[in-house]
Order: sequence, then structure tokens, then C-alpha cells
Amino acid sequence: MGKRIGMEVAIAVAEAVGLCDIDMAAVYPITPQSHIAEHLSDLVANGEIDAEFVTVESEHSAMSAVIGASGAGARAFTATSSQGLMLMHELLPIASAMRLPICMAIANRAVSGPLNILNDHTDIMPQRDCGWIALFVENGQEAIDLSIQAFKIAEHKDVMLPVCVNIDGFQLTHMVEPFEMPSKEEVDKFLPPFVPHATLHPAKPVTMGAFAMSDYFTEIMKAKDEALKSSKKVILEVWDEWAKLFGRSYKPVETYKADDADVLMLTMGSMGETAQMAIDELRAKGVKAGLVKLRMWRPFPFEEIKAAIKNAKKLIVTDRAITFGGPGGPVFAEIKSAMCTETQRPLIYNYIYGLGGRDVPVGDFVGMFEKVLADTENKAVGTYEFWGVRE
Amino acid sequence: MSLKTWKELPIGCVVSDPGSASEYHTGSWRSQRPTWDNAKCIKCGICYIYCPEGCVQQTEDGFFQADLDYCKGCGICAHECWPRAIKMEEE
Repeated sequence: MGKRIGMEVAIAVAEAVGLCDIDMAAVYPITPQSHIAEHLSDLVANGEIDAEFVTVESEHSAMSAVIGASGAGARAFTATSSQGLMLMHELLPIASAMRLPICMAIANRAVSGPLNILNDHTDIMPQRDCGWIALFVENGQEAIDLSIQAFKIAEHKDVMLPVCVNIDGFQLTHMVEPFEMPSKEEVDKFLPPFVPHATLHPAKPVTMGAFAMSDYFTEIMKAKDEALKSSKKVILEVWDEWAKLFGRSYKPVETYKADDADVLMLTMGSMGETAQMAIDELRAKGVKAGLVKLRMWRPFPFEEIKAAIKNAKKLIVTDRAITFGGPGGPVFAEIKSAMCTETQRPLIYNYIYGLGGRDVPVGDFVGMFEKVLADTENKAVGTYEFWGVRE
Repeated sequence: MSLKTWKELPIGCVVSDPGSASEYHTGSWRSQRPTWDNAKCIKCGICYIYCPEGCVQQTEDGFFQADLDYCKGCGICAHECWPRAIKMEEE
């Protein structure tokens, strides 16, 4: 078995990626992702891993470099955050359209402006429709595990799509946590060598990222949508295998005391652990509260979400981003669309919270439950509210 | 060229047949075609030089014509032809 260690999560993510036989990494440092870039470049410079570390001049170049490297047949990794992810944006749909299994760690951080370096999900949400598999982690162990699993998922012959692992900036990246780091032998056993679907080798010239007009564009978009949807089957298989090998199981939707709950809360990312404490507090007071944690953002796990929430009377969807002038939080919009055709469904509320690193202690989660339970006339159903905003 | 269904597309739309772009007749985009008045043509070849598609060819008698499989009808040849031997005609 792997070793039980204590380490800063960002460093541990770089260590985990270092176990995956990457051929190259192009990472431009940006707070709070920088420790991944720094430690990975240390691993390469110290000769601990046999890979190229390309020191690029921007995140646009970082994504361009990993696209080129992946196209040439390399196992390629990058990492970024916030403005860096926004700068990569142009390339993200190209990486997925070319079906390049690039893996990326995102240390989630608020997008400017105003400039703010702290954690929320406003960086990943604008990337939602770029055709990447997007997974969220709740703690350091999950960050390590998913960083390794990402390569196996991305490179599976039935997937061949880029994967991003979302790790809350600071709240996870800068925490020193205890966890089990898999050994190199264990990762070698789990992760087969990368077999690309095509490469840019001159012995067999191919064109990648070619031009397509209206006569083909619709078919190409349909193929991409189907590829992303069908990746779920492979993700579940990889998680099953991981559970067998490492004893830690992963599901698209995790639940905590949700089976008999009257009122549920839905979180995504590191807030789940704090919310879990609120559930315990509420249960001690006799409130039948439960928690649903969304791990898989894309592909979206419609069936699992429906199964997890349909029996509750009320559901509080929490969002760490806002779609301005729209339906509220992006997760809220997704849950509402998932449930709109269901005859049995909870009354759904939405709180936008934890923006730009604002702390959300246990009492705030308890407060959200109390507020929703006090809405006996269901006046706030279907609306959204900025939790804790000064009026 | 028959159009493929979404299921028939190669993964990532990789083009594995080098030079197959020639099978795609971009001339289908054209709304105007260039026509040469050989009475005015002085065989200078400026149309041949300026054609961004490389689809203007010299015939055996020294005059020029466009390969209509690839001519997109941009009109640069007609614009550059100083003896005004080339006219753009509606398709």
C-alpha cells in the first residue's frame, strides 16, 4: 500500500502527477496554483521524473504547448487558475475537438475584477461548454486520487478527451493534509502507457485541427457531445477499479445522511466537508437534513442526481459562481433543468456563497437550512440569493 | 464526395490521408467566375501570379484560365488585370 504522509495539497498534486510517467508539462505559475508548477519543475530539474518541463510565457502558450505535445503522442499535463484559465479559454474547445487527452489541475480562484486571488468557482464555470471532462474534489486525498485517475480516464480509447480536476484554491491547495500517497508501483499497475489515437509523427503524416464548414460542423459537434456523454461509463469503470486497488471509492454524486432527509443541501468542492458538519448539528437538533455532493460536473450525472434528490421535500443548491442576469448559480440552473420533467421533485432554493474567498463557517450552512425551513409558504422557491450579502 | 454521418467521423476529425484537401472543391463557394477576353489579354501572367488559390493556369496557346474546381471567385485576377481582359460574371 501507499505511504501515509502529511503534505501541502498543491505539492502533493505535483507529486501524484510525477508518478504518472508524464512526458511533458507546460505550466505557467499563477496563485494559488504556483506550487504545482514549482514542485513539478523541481521534480523534472532534479531528474526525479523523465519529462520535459516547458517554461512558457503565458497560459495561452501553456495550453498551446500541451496541445502540440499531446498531438505528438506525449502524455501532457498543465495546471492553472482564474485569469490563467480565462487566457487558456480559446484553446480549451480545440483540445477537446482534437480529442487530446490532456490533464489539467485547476486551483479554483475568483476571476477579476476586481482582482481577487481567493477561492470560488467563477473561473471554471465560463469553461463549462468547452467539451472537457470536469471533476471536483473535496479534500487533499481526492485531489491526489483524481489527478492520477484523470490520465486513465482521458486516455481511455473510448474517451480521448481532456480532463480538468478542480481543486479549491487555498482552501485545498495550501492546506497541509494527511493522506495516502500511492506508490510508483501501484500507479504503474493502474495506469497503462498512453496509446494516442493519432500522432504527428512524420512517418505517417496526418492533419489535426483541420477546417470544417457548415456541411460538417453539426456532425462534429454531435460526435463531441456523444463522446463526452459516453465518457461517464469509463469514468465509473475507472472509479470501480480504483476502489478495488486502493480501497477508496468515488461516485458522480456522493451523499451524506441523504436517504431519509426531508431537506437536502447540494455542494460542489471543498465546502462539502463544512456542510457535513452542519448536517450533524442539524441532525442532533432533530432536523432531518442531508447532503448531496456533486463530483462530476461534466459529463453531468443526470440519473444519479435525480435519484439522490427526488425524495426530499426541499433542496438547497449552493453555488460559488453566478450567471449574471440569468437564472442564479450555474449548478442551480443545471439541477432545475435536470428536475423539470420529473413529477416527484423537491422545492429548490439557491444560495450564492463563498465568493472571492469569503469564509462560510458551519453556522452559515445551518442558517441556510433554517431559512429554507422557515419559508413555510414556499415564497423563495426557485429564486436565488447572495448568502450573507450586506444590504 | 458523399458526406459522412457523425458516427463515421474519425476520432478528433484527424485527416489521415495527406493531400486529400484537393478532393474538396472550394469552387462550390463561388458566386462569380472570371472570364478572359483573349483579344485583350497580353499574356503577362499577372492573373497567374496574383491568384491566391493557385488555380489560374496557362494553356498551351499561352492564354490563361481558372480551374473552376478551386476558383472561389474572389476577383483578384480581374482586379489586377491591367489590360482589363478579365471580367467577373455571375454564376
